[in-house]
Amino acid sequence: MGTDMRTRLGHVELPNPILTASGCAGAGRELAQFIDVSKIGAVVTKSVMLAPRAGRPTPRMAETPSGMLNSIGLQGPGIDAFLQRDLPWLLSRGARAVVSIAGGTVEEFAELASRLSDAAGVTAIEVNISCPNVEHRGQVFACDPVAAAAVIEAVRGRARYDIPVFAKLSPDVTDIVAVARACVAAGADGLSMINTLLGMAIDCDTMRPVLAGVAGGLSGPAIRPVAVRCVWQVREALPDVPIIGMGGVRTGKDALELILAGAGLVAVGTTIFHDPSACERILRELDEELARRGIDRLSDVVGLAHEPRTATGRRLARNVP
Amino acid sequence: MRAQDADGDAGPVQVRGTVLTVRRVDAYHAMTVVAPGIAARFRPGQFVAVAVGGPDSAMLLRRAFSIHDVRPDHGGTVEFVFSASGPGTRWLAGLRSRDVLDVAGPLGRPFPVPRDPVSCLLVGGGYGSAPLFALAGKLRDRGCKVDFLLGAASGDRVFGALTARRTGRTATITTEDGSLGARGVVTDMLGQVIHEARTDVIYACGPMPMLRQVTLLARRYDLPVQVAVEEAMACGIGVCMTCVLPVVGTDGMTRMVRSCVDGPVFRGEQIRWDDVGTIPFDAVGAPGWEPRSGRLPRGGQAAAGGRAGATGPGHGARESGGSGQQARPGSPGRPGHGH
Ligand SMILES: Cc1cc2nc3c(=O)[nH]c(=O)nc-3n(C[C@H](O)[C@H](O)[C@H](O)COP(=O)(O)OP(=O)(O)OC[C@H]3O[C@@H](n4cnc5c(N)ncnc54)[C@H](O)[C@@H]3O)c2cc1C
Ligand SMILES: Cc1cc2nc3c(=O)[nH]c(=O)nc-3n(C[C@H](O)[C@H](O)[C@H](O)COP(=O)(O)O)c2cc1C
Ligand code: FES
Repeated sequence: MGTDMRTRLGHVELPNPILTASGCAGAGRELAQFIDVSKIGAVVTKSVMLAPRAGRPTPRMAETPSGMLNSIGLQGPGIDAFLQRDLPWLLSRGARAVVSIAGGTVEEFAELASRLSDAAGVTAIEVNISCPNVEHRGQVFACDPVAAAAVIEAVRGRARYDIPVFAKLSPDVTDIVAVARACVAAGADGLSMINTLLGMAIDCDTMRPVLAGVAGGLSGPAIRPVAVRCVWQVREALPDVPIIGMGGVRTGKDALELILAGAGLVAVGTTIFHDPSACERILRELDEELARRGIDRLSDVVGLAHEPRTATGRRLARNVP
Repeated sequence: MRAQDADGDAGPVQVRGTVLTVRRVDAYHAMTVVAPGIAARFRPGQFVAVAVGGPDSAMLLRRAFSIHDVRPDHGGTVEFVFSASGPGTRWLAGLRSRDVLDVAGPLGRPFPVPRDPVSCLLVGGGYGSAPLFALAGKLRDRGCKVDFLLGAASGDRVFGALTARRTGRTATITTEDGSLGARGVVTDMLGQVIHEARTDVIYACGPMPMLRQVTLLARRYDLPVQVAVEEAMACGIGVCMTCVLPVVGTDGMTRMVRSCVDGPVFRGEQIRWDDVGTIPFDAVGAPGWEPRSGRLPRGGQAAAGGRAGATGPGHGARESGGSGQQARPGSPGRPGHGH
């Protein structure tokens, strides 16, 4: 690799910006059959909750044009099994682990943060606030700046000081910048975006919803323009806050687009289902895309699309050998 | 591309294989792809997950197909049989030799084979018979007797009837329209075939309602049965959690397990057939579920700090994401049938 791909996850330095998206790579073990998990920036694990969870009934997925709907319902083994089995495995492979957490109450999130702080080797915590708040009629935390901030404040308060905390934002809001500001004010070290968009499909033969859960999360290349817009808006409002960009990234060029919009790191989700070795490929392609443009440092182009055109031209020209 | 999983087993590989042939076989298509790594690792019952639609495809999810056969020519080829029924499979049917196909495999757990030379009945519905012929070969190598019972809606949908007649000790065919063999469905004939063939163990692959029926009948005859299930899959490699079904573990607990990595082969009686498509109330992690040890505070998952249940000794390396202690398929529920 010719380009300097180093990037920062809060104060933690990663060798490169390509991550897995939560829920699309398990805890890395299955993926390790296809890629070297220590070579990518980090593995972001499936959102873990306190207790084991069986998730939603099947069918849990539907293919849609350039995307898919899912309603998995956060099936997972719970934090104890995760700490006993999954985290040590990831670390033994030399991978960096960003642990995604999910909860139904502010206290559950806080408890998870403190459990993770007692464990060694957690590179960062990503807080999946796209969960229904069981104490508030099931309203999704991420859709209410006050509830989102309450979760982040509790997690930041209980997480060890040296573990960066990222808040994962939902695009299903009127004003994503307001939620972003609230999370940062509550202590988030960075922001991840975007989670899936709520969608639905109906089977025209059975004349019923395809998913057992009726509605589900839309992901894949179909949502990439939404992701670019969200990253752009948040970067514009909060230029100094690190962003993990995701949503429909399929190629190195797609990753570059999110980087230009302001993401210092890029996560790959649904594309992994299509191509289990996608993360390594996208990393390679991103390197080539940067090299082709004469850019030798990734950090030079993060958020570059926000600069006026002339300045961009000058800056790029400076880098051409 | 890595080939060792944490088990030390040869894990799956992802290859860009060259298509050798796409042939019509009655109502189906048979595709042969050069995929040396997959051919070398294959064991009967395993499947491949294929990317469809080309590099810029709008169809993101892989399609799963049972491996029908592998051959050593061209360094190793893999053949699967499919029904061109939707956009992805129609695209596959349009491929020609020398086209390139992205294939991941071999995936999933294979059929366990008995240690002793017993009498095996192989039951297939539609294209579900495709994986049974490689299994039959392996069983015969072990000195087992192999009988076939194959069925479909019509004669052109019974895959491999000729091969079954040629290679099986007996081959019974059923069709719903009576165009081939006896009129009816395979389960109509199951009792009679078991009786005549003095069956010791049943293997079945086909639609879920058929597998359910076969399991019920096998229980009536007190025979062990191994079924290869077909659940909608998005990834086929164990990372998405779409393909789950309720399975009872050796500890008596029901878990939602991934049919792509913990299956597709299960002991028939492990599957809670009546609850497929639901989360049984007593499944580990179901709403309101609490571990038996009672160590959790009351009040649902929100407050639960669960410790018991989800984990335990003896996890296979691939069992993550809440699957847990499902018995390995290498141990069918009857003495004398080992790996
Ligand atoms: C372990 C396993 C083995 C299989 N073996 C064979 C085989 O040997 N021959 C064969 O013809 N078919 C087999 N199938 C079914 C095959 O995967 C589907 O028929 C195929 O994916 C349909 O794709 P499509 O584009 O035509 O349909 P679409 O309806 O467009 O598919 C849309 C999505 O739904 C999924 N899907 C649709 N139907 C099924 C189904 N029945 N099972 C699983 N996923 C489905 C597809 O993978 C895809 O993600 C197998 C399925 C599994 C899980
Ligand atoms: C099957 C599936 C499961 C997911 N599970 C989670 C999850 O547990 N936690 C989470 O924060 N996001 C989850 N996501 C959302 C992804 O992390 C990601 O934000 C989203 O899919 C957009 O990226 P993509 O288009 O690259 O997939 C899931 C997505 C999919 C498709
Ligand atoms: S198909 Fe993705 S986990 Fe089984």
